[in-house]
Parts: sequence; C-alpha cells; structure tokens
Amino acid sequence: MNSSVIVFPGSNCDRDIAVALEKSKFKNKMVWHKENELPKSDLIVIPGGFSYGDYLRSGAIAAKSNILKEVVKASKKGCLILGVCNGFQILIETGLLKGALLRNQNLRFLSKDVYLKVLNNENKFCNKYKSNELIKLNIAHNEGNYFTDQKHLESLEEKNLIAFKYCDKKGDILNDSNPNGSLNNIAGIFNEEKNILGMMPHPERMIEDILTNQDGMKLFNSLFN
Amino acid sequence: MKFSVTVTLKKDVLDPQGKVVEQTLKNMGTNSLIGIRQGKYFEVEINEKDETKAEKQINEMCNKLLVNTIIENFSIKRI
Repeated sequence: MNSSVIVFPGSNCDRDIAVALEKSKFKNKMVWHKENELPKSDLIVIPGGFSYGDYLRSGAIAAKSNILKEVVKASKKGCLILGVCNGFQILIETGLLKGALLRNQNLRFLSKDVYLKVLNNENKFCNKYKSNELIKLNIAHNEGNYFTDQKHLESLEEKNLIAFKYCDKKGDILNDSNPNGSLNNIAGIFNEEKNILGMMPHPERMIEDILTNQDGMKLFNSLFN
Repeated sequence: MKFSVTVTLKKDVLDPQGKVVEQTLKNMGTNSLIGIRQGKYFEVEINEKDETKAEKQINEMCNKLLVNTIIENFSIKRI
C-alpha cells in the first residue's frame, strides 16, 4: 500500500509519521505543500506541527494550500485520510471534518500522556484495537478543545463517529480525565463515510516499547490491510 | 477603500481568554464590569470604487478565510 505525508513549513511530526508508516510496511512518500499533484496513495497523512506558525487560526492557512485541494479531491474518491494534531486542525479548516478546535480550556499548552478509550473499531483506522480498548497516547497541543453545535454533537454520538475519548486509567470517561475541555471528552472523530479520521493525540509517538508503549502502532497496522 | 472587520466569538462558545481578562480587571477593582469577550480585528484595504461591491468581496474573504463561521460572527464597517 502507498502512503503520502503532507509537509508544510512548520510541520514537525512528519518524520515520526513516516517512520511509523514504514514500520507497518507502507511505501511512503513525503509531499511538499506546494505540489499540485499527489503520488498514488491509499492513505494520506497530515502530520502534527505548527503549519504557518498557527497564524490566523491553527490550520487555517495550510487548509488553503495547493496540495490540500488534491487531498480534498482524493478524499471524495474514498482515499483514507488521517490528520493528527495540527493535521486534525487542518482537516477541520478544510471542512472535511465538522466542528472547531478551540484553545485549551485551561489556556495552557498541554504536553503529556493521556488515556483514551477506542469507541469504534469497525473502520479502517482502528480494526486492530479491541472494542472499548484502553490505550495510552501522547498529546501536545494548545488548541485541542473540540467544539461543535449540539445537533452535530448528537449525530456524532448516534452515528458512532467518535473514534477516541479521553478517559482515566480505569477507562472511565469523566470531566477530570478531559485535558482540554473538548465536548464529551472527544479526542478524535470520523467523517460519515469513515474514510477520514482527525485526532489530537499522537499515535506515531507510541510505536516502540522504548518510547513507553506500542499503542499507536495498532492504528498504523490497522491501516495496512 | 478601507474597511474594518470585527470578529467575535458566538454567544455559546466559551472564551477562556476573555474570562481571564475579565477576572483580572475585576481583581483590579473595576466593580461595574459585567463581562468581557475577546475577539479579532482586521483592517482591509481594497481596490474597488463601488462600496457595495467592495463589501461583497470582503464578506467573501470573511467566509472563506478570515472567520470560522462555526464559532465566530463578524461585522464589516467602512472606515
């Protein structure tokens, strides 16, 4: 399977994502944001970082880049799209995923490991996880506070489009286990077709036991099928 | 032609920055203060003689880039 990682000025998780993809046997290419064409890809990853220094709103400028037009086209044809952290913010700004990512409720940049519950494993991204599996990934963001209108929030819950929720180490989804103020503890969401996943936590940082655990590797292994 | 664009958070969107500013002003003794909401301000200069057409273009800029209409409102004024 072929993957592409989109690189912007200010991306800083692009190499980590590439390592994770190659570890799960993807043939990966890095794609600079000024390109007008995508290499043949089964999966496109928009990595974390601070594209354009987070000017205007996180992800807003990157969402208007040449290559994103191609990413939007590819997504309509069913190509798998993963956006992590700033990549999630960019997917939101393109409109591929609905909602907004506001500044963390406590106004602090958060960099820590968090527990997550896998709420939906019947999709291309999470099929190697067990249903309701408890995993630990790292977060590192200033704007990860997921917000949307009440109607959309209800439809996310009803249609099972929430991939991950922040929880405590027992797996309980509580206010106290919500690091950034996200509505309903949301850490990652799918589009309706479930070929697009946006998530704030970084799976690419958890792919070796030497780096705490391999909980993120299951996501990349799910994608390579 | 020059316009101002004021961007404000919608009523039901939490504004933690505004809340901190509000609390600080209250701590400083501004007793009459009821609330603060923080927003953004742009000055946009445009090469267009017709005011209605200019406003229409700025409206488009707002919807396409300057404003996230899910969480923000905006108003345009000639300056």
